[in-house]
Amino acid sequence: MSVTAIGSYSFRPRDTVEKFPAPLLYVGWDEHMMFPSALALPLPLETPFQQVIQQVLPKLYSQHPDFARIDWAKVQWFRGGTLFTPKLQGTLAEHGFKHKSVLRFRTPGLEGLRGSCG
Amino acid sequence: MDTRVKAKKLGLRERYAAMTRGLHWDTTYQPMDKVFPYDTYEGIKIHDWSKWEDPFRLTMDAYWKYQSEKEKKLYAVIDAFAQNNGQLGVTDARYINALKLFIQGVTPLEYYASRGFAHLGRHFRGDGVRVACQLQAVDELRHFQTETHAISNYNKFFNGMHNPSHWFDNMWYLSVPKSFFEDAYSAGPFEFLTAVSFSFEYVLTNLLFVPFMSGAAHNGDLSTVTFGFSAQSDESRHMTLGIESIKFMLEQDPDNVPIVQRWVDKWFWRGYRLLTLVAMMQDYMLPKRVMSWKEAWEMYAESSGEALFKDLARYGIRKPAGWDDACEGKNHISHQSWNAFYGFCGAAAFHTWAPSTSELDWLTQKYPESFKKYYRPRLEHYAAEEAAGRRYYNQGLPQLCQTCQIPMFFTEPGQPRWIAYRETEHEGETFHFCSDHCQTIFENEPDKFVQSWLPVHQIFQGNCFKPDANPADPAFNPASAVLDYYQLNQGQDNAEFKGSPDDQNFQRWGGGQDPQEAQL
Repeated sequence: MSVTAIGSYSFRPRDTVEKFPAPLLYVGWDEHMMFPSALALPLPLETPFQQVIQQVLPKLYSQHPDFARIDWAKVQWFRGGTLFTPKLQGTLAEHGFKHKSVLRFRTPGLEGLRGSCG
Repeated sequence: MDTRVKAKKLGLRERYAAMTRGLHWDTTYQPMDKVFPYDTYEGIKIHDWSKWEDPFRLTMDAYWKYQSEKEKKLYAVIDAFAQNNGQLGVTDARYINALKLFIQGVTPLEYYASRGFAHLGRHFRGDGVRVACQLQAVDELRHFQTETHAISNYNKFFNGMHNPSHWFDNMWYLSVPKSFFEDAYSAGPFEFLTAVSFSFEYVLTNLLFVPFMSGAAHNGDLSTVTFGFSAQSDESRHMTLGIESIKFMLEQDPDNVPIVQRWVDKWFWRGYRLLTLVAMMQDYMLPKRVMSWKEAWEMYAESSGEALFKDLARYGIRKPAGWDDACEGKNHISHQSWNAFYGFCGAAAFHTWAPSTSELDWLTQKYPESFKKYYRPRLEHYAAEEAAGRRYYNQGLPQLCQTCQIPMFFTEPGQPRWIAYRETEHEGETFHFCSDHCQTIFENEPDKFVQSWLPVHQIFQGNCFKPDANPADPAFNPASAVLDYYQLNQGQDNAEFKGSPDDQNFQRWGGGQDPQEAQL
């Protein structure tokens, strides 16, 4: 039994995918902690990667002065801790994303407000 | 005629024995295991309950006497404070936000503690420990009441204090203290004692009370100071119970040691994470500062904690697994937390602000290793944006740790450039954590933590709208609907301090000066 309890004790996880309007994606921009943590949003896994770049990320991050300076060709992408090269027309699912996956991106040369990771 | 002989009055010691141990009996109609079903399943072995040394020999009648004397003094001060408009005598209205955090996030824990100890006061089969827990249950209820009364005067004049119970059950950041305590009191009685009496009350409580109470003293808040004094003698009893209970478990059976060690690891870390809110309060919310979080950590955790765990080493107990990471975090957590609340305070029932230049200088001096390099630039950026009429608010909802439920803003130990990400799979589901230690807590009891009520996920699941909310309406604004569900008065309770009704009223009333003078 994976919990110390007086009787049998087993529950379904509270946050399974069918309870959300779409699977959850967490997005984090490394070295930019003006956004203090990764952000959560429901996003269909059929969403093409290009749409993530062009529509999702600007909504979340365009307030940061570094955002307009991003050279998208140089960005490094991570699924969880794993580096991958996205195909712009490919969907999130095709890149191995599922419910509650983390998408992180790193923008070499841009290290936050005055290089502070802020 | 016989003269009636007056019975000799019992001494305190005998009376204590009669009122506690004398009232215990072993049941015969029903087996003891059925009457006390909770105190064996955790695996803690107790061979001789009579070895329990009562940490304080207080009988109920003596208890009433002490407490009523303290209450008389406390309520006299609270009355005088109200009559003299003491709320206008605090340094400035930003300070009030520390009180909001207290009434929202700390006071409800007193009530939870009362419930937890009342439960223990029934369910241990040892009479001595039952009595100690019953008395602590009454203490905690008293703290809940006196804190509510002490702060109620502020509630007449300032926003963000009118609905703490509803907020505690629903508001996103308050799920941090709520889940902490629900984890403790849904555990068995021995784990509860280790969590609350030992790890929190004994090891960490000074870090909660001293900053709030000396912060109150420094900032002219006499009513909170007096509450603090009134609670202090109770707190020292609670600390005694904490150390006694841990030693009792360890002395009873060597098999108890690894169980207790696992709880110490868990609850030190959970308590430390909870104190992140206090760290931020101390470094950012007190206009007149007492000491930095880092200094408080060094004084109350590092030095006394080292001594404590040296003392416990003879039982085979080592320092909590998260100890070194917690000590490393002293340079960072207050800044990381304030940064998160600065950005997310549109959805919080208290205000945040960018510190003034002199405050930034103070922080730079107190945190030579971290502040100038990592934290000052973003706070200066916020101030500049605000001056340009673009006060920064974060536009998204944060990823939360499955265990501590804090937004995942903590950085890797020793590497403040990188957010710490941890994840694990359990029965096909992915779970995320802020640290190795929160991950370990989950992995030890996944069936408990897969149920975490994570506020961000609840919002996306549509569980944080009022019943009459209509997401199909084109004018539906989900963020505003959630605040409505939180019963937060938008534009009053939340967002930036500068220009808030609290700020404007305090200035209009002439606050921050001598209250007598302000009335003239």
